[in-house]
This record gives sequence, structure tokens and C-alpha cells, in this order.
Amino acid sequence: MRDKPQVQSLNTQLISRLRAALDVHRVHTASADIDLYKRDASNIEGRAGVVCFPLTTAEVQSVVSICAEFQQPFVARGSGTGLSGGATPLDGAVVISTAKMNRLISVDPVHRLAWIEPGMLNLDLTREVTHLGLHFAPDPSSQQSCTIGGNVANNSGGPHCLADGVTSSHILACEVVLSDGSVVMLGGEDPEPDGLDLRGAFIGSEGMFGITTKICVRLMQNYQAVSTILMDFTSVQAGAETVSSIIAWGMVPAALEMMDQLCLEAVEAYIQAGLPTDAAAALLVEVSGLPHAVTDDTERISEIGRAYGARTIRIAQDEAERALLWKGRKTAFGAIARIKPNYYLHDTVVPRRKLNEVLQEVYRIAQRHDLLVLNVFHAGDGNLHPLLIFDKRDPGIMERVHAAGEEIVRVSVEAGGVLSGEHGIGLEKRDFMPLMFGPHDLHAQASMRVAFDPLGIANPFKVLPSPSQCGDAHDMGEDMWV
Amino acid sequence: MGIDLSNFAESIGGVDHGPLWIAGQQTRTPAPSQLRLVAAPAGIVDLQPDEMTVVCGAGTPIIELRTELAKVGQYVNLPDGLTGPGTVGGALAEGRSDIYRLGRGPVRDTLLQVRYVNHDGQVVTAGGPTVKNVSGFDLSRLLIGSRGQLGYFGETILRTRPLPQSSRWFVMSEASQTVVEKILRVIYRPASVLWDGHKVWFCIEGNPKDCAAMIQRISVELPVITEISGPPDLSLYLHRQSVPPRLLGDVVQENARSDSHKIIVEAGVGIVHHQVPPESTPIEKGVTILHRRILEQFNPTGRLNPGIEILASAPSL
Repeated sequence: MRDKPQVQSLNTQLISRLRAALDVHRVHTASADIDLYKRDASNIEGRAGVVCFPLTTAEVQSVVSICAEFQQPFVARGSGTGLSGGATPLDGAVVISTAKMNRLISVDPVHRLAWIEPGMLNLDLTREVTHLGLHFAPDPSSQQSCTIGGNVANNSGGPHCLADGVTSSHILACEVVLSDGSVVMLGGEDPEPDGLDLRGAFIGSEGMFGITTKICVRLMQNYQAVSTILMDFTSVQAGAETVSSIIAWGMVPAALEMMDQLCLEAVEAYIQAGLPTDAAAALLVEVSGLPHAVTDDTERISEIGRAYGARTIRIAQDEAERALLWKGRKTAFGAIARIKPNYYLHDTVVPRRKLNEVLQEVYRIAQRHDLLVLNVFHAGDGNLHPLLIFDKRDPGIMERVHAAGEEIVRVSVEAGGVLSGEHGIGLEKRDFMPLMFGPHDLHAQASMRVAFDPLGIANPFKVLPSPSQCGDAHDMGEDMWV
Repeated sequence: MGIDLSNFAESIGGVDHGPLWIAGQQTRTPAPSQLRLVAAPAGIVDLQPDEMTVVCGAGTPIIELRTELAKVGQYVNLPDGLTGPGTVGGALAEGRSDIYRLGRGPVRDTLLQVRYVNHDGQVVTAGGPTVKNVSGFDLSRLLIGSRGQLGYFGETILRTRPLPQSSRWFVMSEASQTVVEKILRVIYRPASVLWDGHKVWFCIEGNPKDCAAMIQRISVELPVITEISGPPDLSLYLHRQSVPPRLLGDVVQENARSDSHKIIVEAGVGIVHHQVPPESTPIEKGVTILHRRILEQFNPTGRLNPGIEILASAPSL
């Protein structure tokens, strides 16, 4: 059998060093293999030069040290479910996959913490500790396939982060390999390690500060009671006002999600859950905790919904019905394939009181660009996810999709919101950063990067627009697009 | 709606304006007499109950913030200083949580956005105004607990929370490690569990009917429980130490054996409150290097709060 074609762009000496540090089977260079790693779950493509699969911290350290010696950029990668191009390798970078570092190392059920390796899947952790009455709170929609290392890199959220916070609130410590190959523990099991919160600074750094190789996570006690409520409205405005009123009343539900009409139609056609397809919007609200609080909050939320004109209020009667309602929410992206073959998912956050105003503008933007948009999002924390759906074979469609996307981002920031609530900046929104931050702000963020990665080889050219990236080492490859 | 920070920035000035010190109410750290003092703007400028956010100057007294938030049934998770509540900026710059950390979370989760003045007198924004945000690096987390060494807080946007409907403290005279661990296991998300080896105090918060039912249930499983009006007096415990919570049993036992001084620990968290200064914990070399690099970037001339040692026991490099 003939050898597969090899990528020639990387120094052969570097590749032999990597093979010596790991073994030949865990250093992939064949085009057919490394082509799978040219992008994450976004549409942004780059090019990997070589893909390594270390098994231990020492092996990650070796790979990174070799990259440092050769001044070779590297990109850490978990499952590649990111949506902003954060794990897209540029210019033939070395991809360091942590997918094989997926062990649960230890669990302390009394103090509710666990040590894990970064390649452990989010949902696998919760499955491993369910018998102890515990769970890991961040639950991105990709939780069946995303890794916790990736959650750390992106400071990921999820529907149930409204009450308990996003990933940063659930990580106690990260063992990190810095770009010079040194290993450092950021944070710790103890609550207030001396000095600056380096752990907090590292979380959400999108692979640009180093690679985490062990993580100490905080686990949450499972709730004792839960109530899942579906309310539908004849206007998006009524749904949005209900959201604000619930929060203003002093309740923080576990989850507070909204779906608009097009989304309801698509999901109902997909799973037949009895969703109200003639409604303009529906709210999926979940309250959890102790029984009396759950009962009282369910009644109060229902009253608020009625006050804002909810047509029907459906409370899941059992676990099967609850699971069905959540299946509707979590399979929305699969459902849209019945309408159009392609989608572009956006992620911005706006103040809750601006939800309706911004959503109406999103509809106008889509109409102007002759696109279909459906909305399914975390209304409780104002985290919008406009989903532009299209057929990329239509001539000129991608230009319209990108133009509409840019307008959605601008409208969100102008409304007092932010660029991203949970997907991160990566390459996708890097050039939008000046919409939110001035030169001094970006310089301060670049200073953080320089402190952690003075060599500028950890996932360069992401997050910060070019003038801020004095530490980055190489130009962007010609074969990627943003 | 934001605070005009130009006067504050001007008072700090550029790198040629010499060393200085930010002072609030000095309830946490006294200001040195020989340095020029600056004060951050004070006052609440925007309170949005339906956003659960409040915008205020870093010099705002915490007591004022608590009073205004209580009117809308909310609170902000900022602890008192040693000699009084102090200011918002002081609590954030110190970054230490209070005894309710187990249930309410750490102080660092309170700050959403800060506009601060850097070492060169420029106004910088870190974080974002919404309750959820991953736009760029988390500079605001780095600033919390930096004790004024990375910049001086001017305007803050803070996350607020609903006031608990009910907050009840209890004490138990039997206080073995087994009992403490049982409390941590059987009580649903306790707000605080304190332990000195002789007694254990705990706080439960939430719906009044749930609190009553929980106490009824655990009374069957645990020794005699007595309700009290509030937490034990910690005013003599002026020093703190941070240890992994799984080691607290050893810390309490060792302290009882040596009988040197009294301690109270935050079970499930890992804070040890001492009456005398504890031994410092060794710092990893890599952590020290990162601190040095960050200070070189953010406070290159060392003019902001000189003399503060962020790493008390760092190894020499």
C-alpha cells in the first residue's frame, strides 16, 4: 500500500521530535487524517500541520516545549464543537488534541469536587457522579459531545446556568501547560489561594494562555424537586415582558428559555411534543430546588404569565413529559434541517428589558436580507441565538448571511449588550471586538495574553484584533476565511 | 448611563505623577501616611431590579448599596471590612468572601464590568454590562483581589441577587467531624457551616416552609439543634487562612491538640479564621513568575499602591 500524501509545510525535524516525544501512532500528518481538524463546528476553515494526541501532562509538556523551541504555533482542541473558530488551526499550526485525556481522576462527594482530565465529556461527568446525588452545572447544548477542557477554554454556559452561573463559577483549579512548556497550577481546592485570580483569568482565554491538563470542578447537589412550565403568547413582546417580570419579582429560575413561532413549527414537526405552533413565542421555564419553593414559584410564574396574556400554561406532569419538552428545546438545531440544509448560529447578549426591541430588529434585518431567521435562546439571561437558515448553494447567499450577522451583532451591542454570551470570540467575532472595547481596553487584554504567553504561540490570532496582538508570532494563513 | 471618570483619572495622572494610594473607608487596609491618596467616585447611578444589576461608583459605601437594594428585595454579595462595611471598591480589591460563601458564592462572581484607571491614568473597561458575557479575556476576574496593584476601580456594574425569604442560624453542641460532614451531605445547599471543634453553627436560607421542613427532617438524624439569632462573633478572628476543605478536620484536630489559639473554620469552603496570624502557605514558582509578568504589564513602575505584597510568601526567583 502506498503512503498517504504528507503535509510538507511543517519542519520535518519538528515532526520527528514530536514522534519521539509521543509515539508514531499518536502524531498524525497524513492529509486525510489532519483534514478533519481544519476547523471546529464553525464554518471557518484553516489548516492543521500535524495533529498530536498526548495522554499525560508530561506529554503535553513535551509537545508544547518542542513547539516553543521551533517557534511553532499550537492549538489545543477538545471535541471541536466550538462555534467561533477558536479551535481552527491557522497557517499549519500543531493541533494538540486532549480527546484521549478523558479520565475522571477522583471525586470528593462530601466537599463536592472532582479532579478530571480535560478531554472528559461534559455529560459523562454528570453521569459519573449522579449516583452520589451530584451534577456538573454547566450544560451547553453540545454537552453530549463537548469536553470540559473546551468548556474551560470558552467559559461555556447552557440553559441551566441562569441560576448557578457559567463554567467559571464551577472550576476551582486548572493545571496548565504554558507556552514555554512549564506546568503551573492555577487556583486550588482551597477557596482563596494567595495572590491574583489566575484561575479566573485563564478560564475563557480560548486556548491563548496555555493548555489545561487537569481540572478541579465544583459539583452541585441535585435538586429535590423540579417543575417545568411551557407558556405560549400571541406576541414576542408579551413573552419578553414575562421574562423581565419573573426576574423583577425576585425569582431566578433554573432555566428560562424562549422559542419563536418558526422554531416552534420546526420542532413540533420534528418531535411531535404538542407544542403551540400558532403562538408567536413560547417560554420554557424550569424551577428546581426544595419542594415548597418549587410549588410557590410555579404558581407565581404561572400568575405572571397569565398577567401578560399567556394563552396556555402547561406544567409537565411527569419526568417523561418534562424530558419531551426539553427534547424540543435541545433538538431545535436538528429540527431546522427540515426547512433548510444550512444554518449560521449567532450568539449575543442584550439587557433583558431590551429583548423584544432587539428581536424585532433581528426580524427586520433578516427580512431586509431575504433570509429566514428563527430564535431559540436563553431569555433569562438575555442570551440571544438568532439562527439564520439557508441553502448555501443559492448564489450570493453567504454574503447576505454574513451581512445580516454583522448587523445583528451591531444591534445587540448598541442596545447595551455584548458580543458573545457563551460561544466566545475566536476568529468569528475577533474583528467586532472594537465595537465593545476601545484601544486601551484591548491593550489591557493583550497585556494579559503577553503575561501568560510571551512567545505568542498559543493559538495566535484569535480573540484580539491585529493591532492588539503584539505578542503573536505568525501571519494568518491564506487558506482561511473569516 | 455612566460615571464621568475624567476627574478621577486626572487625580491619578500618568506615570510621571509618582506613587499613590487608593483609599476608601480604610476598613480593610489602612492607607500609609506618606503617600498621596486618591478616592474613587461614589454613588449609585443605575439600579435595574429586572436586570439584577446595579451600576455604582467604586467609592460607594456598601451600607448605602445594601439599603437601596433591600428596597427592591435584592442584595449584593460584598462582605464587610474588618472595622466596618467599607466601600464597594475595597471589597472587590480585597476579593475575600464572607462566611456565606458556601451558599452565596465567592465575591469574584459579583463583578460584571469595571471601568478602572490604569497606571498611566487611562480609563480602561473590563468585562461587560450583562449577566452573561464571554467577550474577550476575563480581565475583571484578574482585577478582583488585586489590591489596587493593577488599576484603581472607578465605576462598577454588579450582579445582584434576590434577598432570601428566610435566613435561619442554628447551633449544635456535638461537633465531631462526622456530624459536620453529615450536615454538608443532608442539608440542601446550606448558606454557611462554621465549626470550631466544639460547636457547629449552620445557616439555611430559602423558602420558610422548606427551611422548617428541613430542620424537622435533620433533627431526627442529628444531635440537639438550637436556633440562634445569627452567626458566632468573629470579631476577634482577624486573620484567615485558605486550605482545601478536606483538610479542615486535621486543622481543627491539630489546633485542639496544640491548644495555641482559637480557630473557627468554614466547613465545605476551606477558610480558617484565626485569632493570631497563621503560617503562610508556600507559593509555587510558576505562580510567582506569572504574577511578576502581570505586574510588569499592568503596574510597570510600581506606582499603584506600593508596598502591597500580593503574594505574601512567594519564593525568590
